[in-house]
Amino acid sequence: MRYRAADRASLRIVPLDVLTAIYHRASGQTHIVEAPVPEILAALGDDALDVGAILDRLARDYALIDPDPAALADRLEELAAAGLVIRT
Amino acid sequence: MFSVRIGPAGFRVGSDWRRPVAELEDLYRDYPKPEDGVPDFTVRLFAARPWRRVVRPAVMIGGDFTIPDAAPLPLDLGLLAAEMGMNLQMALAQRRYLLLHASCVERGGRAVLMTGESGAGKSTLAALLMARGWRLMGDEFALVDPATGLIHGFPRLISLKNESVGVMQAALPDGRFGPPQLATPKGDIRHLVPDARSIEAMAEPAVAAHIVFPRFGLERAEREVPPAETFVRLTQASTNYVALGERGFDALTRLVRSVPATAIDYPDAATAIAQVEALA
Amino acid sequence: MSARLLVAALRDPACTGEFNAAGWTALISAARAEQMIGTLAVRVAGLPMPAAVARILEDARASAEQGRIAALWEAEMARRALAAIGVPVILLKGTAFVAAGLKAGQGRHIGDLDILVPRNRLEEVEAALLAAGWEWVKPDPYDDAYYRRWMHELPPLIHRERDRMIDVHHTILPLTAAPKPDAAALVAGAVEIGGGLSMLSQEDVVIHAAAHLFADGELAGGLRNLWDIHCLIGEYDTPGYVEGLRARARVHGLLPAVDRALRLSQWLYGAGAPLTLTDRLFVRRLLGRDGWGRQRRKAIEFGFYLRGHLLRMPPAMLARHLWTKWRKGYRPVH
Repeated sequence: MRYRAADRASLRIVPLDVLTAIYHRASGQTHIVEAPVPEILAALGDDALDVGAILDRLARDYALIDPDPAALADRLEELAAAGLVIRT
Repeated sequence: MFSVRIGPAGFRVGSDWRRPVAELEDLYRDYPKPEDGVPDFTVRLFAARPWRRVVRPAVMIGGDFTIPDAAPLPLDLGLLAAEMGMNLQMALAQRRYLLLHASCVERGGRAVLMTGESGAGKSTLAALLMARGWRLMGDEFALVDPATGLIHGFPRLISLKNESVGVMQAALPDGRFGPPQLATPKGDIRHLVPDARSIEAMAEPAVAAHIVFPRFGLERAEREVPPAETFVRLTQASTNYVALGERGFDALTRLVRSVPATAIDYPDAATAIAQVEALA
Repeated sequence: MSARLLVAALRDPACTGEFNAAGWTALISAARAEQMIGTLAVRVAGLPMPAAVARILEDARASAEQGRIAALWEAEMARRALAAIGVPVILLKGTAFVAAGLKAGQGRHIGDLDILVPRNRLEEVEAALLAAGWEWVKPDPYDDAYYRRWMHELPPLIHRERDRMIDVHHTILPLTAAPKPDAAALVAGAVEIGGGLSMLSQEDVVIHAAAHLFADGELAGGLRNLWDIHCLIGEYDTPGYVEGLRARARVHGLLPAVDRALRLSQWLYGAGAPLTLTDRLFVRRLLGRDGWGRQRRKAIEFGFYLRGHLLRMPPAMLARHLWTKWRKGYRPVH
């Protein structure tokens, strides 16, 4: 299973405090998210990646405390249900 | 037929009975008429069946936008029905401004928004602040302009419930009150006409200076509310956040990132007034 | 009669130049009551009008645009849910119009998502939607059994996160109605409109609108439905189109409905058409709103209500249905 982020131009990402507000233009929905969701979206960029590749990119850019692929896969499935990432 | 402008919104109210219209005309006598003579919203008070105009008259609330299962009210509560009808239009169909279920007062061009659950005392606090010289911008709805970020008022009649009626009669011995609306679904209600200055200045927007989440019946306490929590609470206090789409998102993120928010617990009105005035 | 103002403004937007404040007020109330305020707003955009009216209509356009975004997202979510089982999503009604960028979709109010799927895939579709977060609206066994036995769609489903309804049709009329449209032909004739979505063919989309208008009950939303038909015909009309449309309508057993829809939409929004006596009754009903947006002519409304039920259900079945409703504590509206 590979994942792709929703079109960058369709997302408005506004950091509020420790939480971040994301407006998704395509759905008209607002999501309040915490780390590592903005980081996952940034790591995906315009590419379709599997969990391992996403984890590699996150490890490259951030100091990961708990690099657990199963937890990352859960987050990705939640984001897919919300429409913020697409399973490909 | 009755028509009025409250803040930026024009209304017309048609009624099968003369009495609610006469009461509205008296209480709103100092308010302007809808701009260009075209109201934004229509409200109708009508009898469910023709004979119910006279036999145990029951007032149904109709208009441009309605909810399907609204129960009728007795004719004695016709004024309340009209107010509910106007509120309903705003709650269901306001699309120009982000509508927050909040009371709002202004001093020196700076607006304080107060929002909380029913019983938090936002109407009473706003009315008491008005009695202390603040401009009342509204006791029920505050309107955020997505284009400017400014707050627009909606100073309809102040809806006082139960003990608040006596509190405000004591605070404003010369205040103009509407007819008692007794035994309503929300208890005994009486409407208070906002003071002359609040009505005259109703079209003037103000800069949001503070967002307050009051809670009644607790020891005095204050807690700063972080922006994300304020954002979520205000989306829940808005009837049109989702409908406004990106404009609503812009208006609300801008508001919570630029305006401090405080939750206040208070044991009595005097304490709450002191807390709010210290914040603003 | 303000419904007449609405029809006049849609037919010839420039005629609003003559409207005074009372005329605009009545027009706005009628347009809201018919759920056509967005359509009206698009139609009269740019014409001179009082500032207060311009603001109201600007809000209506913004609302319709937000409704369009939400409707397209629901279609996309249904597409994603059904892609896994290889069932194409055939959009019906408003969502189809906006997805295809048709004039009928401009400013249009869109309620639930309506889709058509092949009847032999219905159970798989149901399972896929339930797995993707949709839930039954009413867990009432009688209603459920009624829907499954007699209706042309699954009982309505609502998405638990997004709070939006989907109606999954397997044909375009209840199975109890006299005309029996060829559902397989509807599916086979569907055309792709991009984004992995489809809609009915140019002929079937008009036939569906006409079937919906006359066979589906109380003529509610009739002015909007006929406006849809007017716009669709305007968009598709090439030499031979109407002949093809009528031939196709005959296949579906819906030629009388289509002919009436063509006459009424021409009479209301187009260059005019000769009306039959029955057409005139329909017109009276369609134009029955007063300056406060109220539906007048209650007497003929009752007639249409009965008619709507009778068309959907043979009489014995109607009695059974009403009896079951009654026993469950339903009462006719007083």
